[in-house]
Amino acid sequence: MSARPGAVAHQFDDARQQREAAELGMWTFLLTELMLFGGFFVGYTAYRHAYPEAFIEGSSHLDVLMGGINTGVLIMSSLTMALAVREAQLGRRKGIIINLILTIVFGGVFLGIKAVEYSHKIHEHLVPGPNFVLDSPISNNVQLFFSFYFAMTGTHAFHMIIGIGLMIWLIFKARSGAFNGEYYAPVEMVGLYWHFVDIVWIFLYPLLYLLGRH
Amino acid sequence: MSALTGEDAPPQAPRQHYLNVTYGVRSWLLTLDHKRIGLLYLASITVFFLLGGMFAVMIRAELVTPAGDLLQAETYNKMFTMHGLVMVFFFLIPSIPAALGNFLIPLMIGARDLAFPRLNLLSWYVFIVGGLFTLFAVVQGGVDTGWTFYTPYSSTYSNSAVAATAVGVFITGFSSVLTGLNFIVTIHKMRAPGLTWFRLPLFVWAHYATSLIMVLGTPVLTAAVVLVALEHLLGIGIFDPKLGGDPVLFQHLFWFYSHPAVYIMILPSMGVVSEVISCFSRKRIFGYKVIAFSSLAIAVLGFLVWGHHMFVSGQSVYAGMIFSFLSFFVAIPSAIKVFNWTATLYKGSISYDTPMMYAMGFIGLFTIGGLTGLFLASLAVDVHVHDTYFVVAHFHYIMVGGALMGYMAAIHFWWPKISGRMYPEGWGRFSALVIFIGFNLTFFPQFILGYLGMPRRYHAYPDEFQVLNVMSTAGATILGVGYLIPLIYLIWSMRYGPRAGSNPWKAKGLEWETTSPPPTENFLTTPLVTEEAYAYAAPDVEEQEGARVG
Ligand SMILES: [Cu+2]
Repeated sequence: MSARPGAVAHQFDDARQQREAAELGMWTFLLTELMLFGGFFVGYTAYRHAYPEAFIEGSSHLDVLMGGINTGVLIMSSLTMALAVREAQLGRRKGIIINLILTIVFGGVFLGIKAVEYSHKIHEHLVPGPNFVLDSPISNNVQLFFSFYFAMTGTHAFHMIIGIGLMIWLIFKARSGAFNGEYYAPVEMVGLYWHFVDIVWIFLYPLLYLLGRH
Repeated sequence: MSALTGEDAPPQAPRQHYLNVTYGVRSWLLTLDHKRIGLLYLASITVFFLLGGMFAVMIRAELVTPAGDLLQAETYNKMFTMHGLVMVFFFLIPSIPAALGNFLIPLMIGARDLAFPRLNLLSWYVFIVGGLFTLFAVVQGGVDTGWTFYTPYSSTYSNSAVAATAVGVFITGFSSVLTGLNFIVTIHKMRAPGLTWFRLPLFVWAHYATSLIMVLGTPVLTAAVVLVALEHLLGIGIFDPKLGGDPVLFQHLFWFYSHPAVYIMILPSMGVVSEVISCFSRKRIFGYKVIAFSSLAIAVLGFLVWGHHMFVSGQSVYAGMIFSFLSFFVAIPSAIKVFNWTATLYKGSISYDTPMMYAMGFIGLFTIGGLTGLFLASLAVDVHVHDTYFVVAHFHYIMVGGALMGYMAAIHFWWPKISGRMYPEGWGRFSALVIFIGFNLTFFPQFILGYLGMPRRYHAYPDEFQVLNVMSTAGATILGVGYLIPLIYLIWSMRYGPRAGSNPWKAKGLEWETTSPPPTENFLTTPLVTEEAYAYAAPDVEEQEGARVG
């Protein structure tokens, strides 16, 4: 049936069909992710349109510097992820592992900074719910802003945690020599996923931190 | 052809197929075979169907008398909520796609399995976990928000197990996404040599369109349910007017999925009807390409009409007008299908076996359901009948008269392939008739009730509505019996039915070219397709034709 029976699952005719199926599957999955975040973005847009001042006031409580550093960190992690895929295509086991570890480190730094930001918000009583306190005539509407801030960045962070888990799995696979120049689809697929998660942040950062700020 | 398929051959000696290749619970729970996973789905949705049916029994029993005497108002609210939730999310949405689509799509396209068998099994487990959460909610005391989870019933003012149910729906959503994703990739990448897009059976086209909706719509429901759950659990106020939130936003997000979800239920049935009508008229389907594209048109347009659920929710009048217009527009591709099926029947040599009876039932009842949908899409009429039994009757004509009839047609049509046995034809026709009569007696009076102004979702009603309600309950009883008969004879036939042979209907399509039940790998050699779908010819010509090489 195929030249490399070990790498091709029984339902596929050959490695090419298998790789194309994996690629299409991943892109379709990313489409579903796009729709998921799309739901949040629609809600954000509707309320930003309804309460522009409250959203500007809310975003002025966010730490632009930390958000900016995180943006840089995430872009770096996308670079190392892309390098990991390249190393996989070239079949260099060591290169894959080093770049994946770097990506995990950058991802970890991002989540660490995010955790610091979250804890600041908790101290400042800016977490929506019964404990929300803000001295402002439109504090209720600002609370809406923070509802979206936590729902959107929380969902994003959750995706990053899953991505880091997938990379740890890839490192174990790479160590056992599972990937070579012909078979590296899992690295490529996780790469696509990671880039998608980064791109979501590229939209979240200006929408939440920068827009309308003075 | 018939020499190859061997339907005239004497009962075969025991042979290895997907059912007897391994035995034991483990071999089923860990199977990666799409046919077995399809059967796992079939068994689980049957359980959910019976459960949802029990809630319906309680509803109809309460409505026999005008006074709210059998159930208290709160209990009644829980009954119709659970009925809707279970039937929509745990029966209708997975019904044809996850059970029969799973079984048939690889067979129909000449593949050994779906593209991602592990994901396929995972989707079943996810479905079961979601179902267990919902059952847990029942044990916790049930939910009373209606299956639509409208805020603030489901957030600020909820006093029932909303969280567990929402988590259940959230989880099942993933099983739907995984199934849709698997189908899309499989249909794109795994077709047998020679099987071009325009040679695909229309069942496959319908499932492709369905999968698009599953993949694009479900995540938005997920987002909406996550936001409701956060509001319910943490007290944040995305839909809470006290904070400036807007409950109507929830309705937008919910219906963005849940209107297209209607097409998740009906499109696969339309695919089934195309197969069955063509086979039992012994004629090529009329207007193949138009039917194929109308499925895609329904999938796309279906995403643009959600606002017709919100004509009285305070959305802008102009939005209402546009949504009304688009809702009329989406009726066109559905009507095209009905006309094409009718044209297929014209001058066909028709036989009324059980699947055909259900398919004919589908065409008639779906047409009624669709046309009354146009009444509801008209702004002024909708204001009059909104939230009345007219709406209830309308969507039951689509979901039960349409989707469920198609499901029953499919079960009977492919039962010989699934089980390798024939069901008793006489009982089959009898129960199809019982279901048709019971269905109409149940739901036609509800059109009248609604038009007269009886609102939905109340356990008591004025005396003048009693006659029609008693008729409806009587019909529901007949309908219930109608569903139990096939359940009994299908299980009976698994052991005692006569052996079916590969192709008992002399139907076209790759699934009929392999043995019944098929071997685990579906085809011993990869089939090569050289002709279009539904290449039915005059009976005498058909005998000599052997264009497809097995
Ligand atoms: Cu609708």
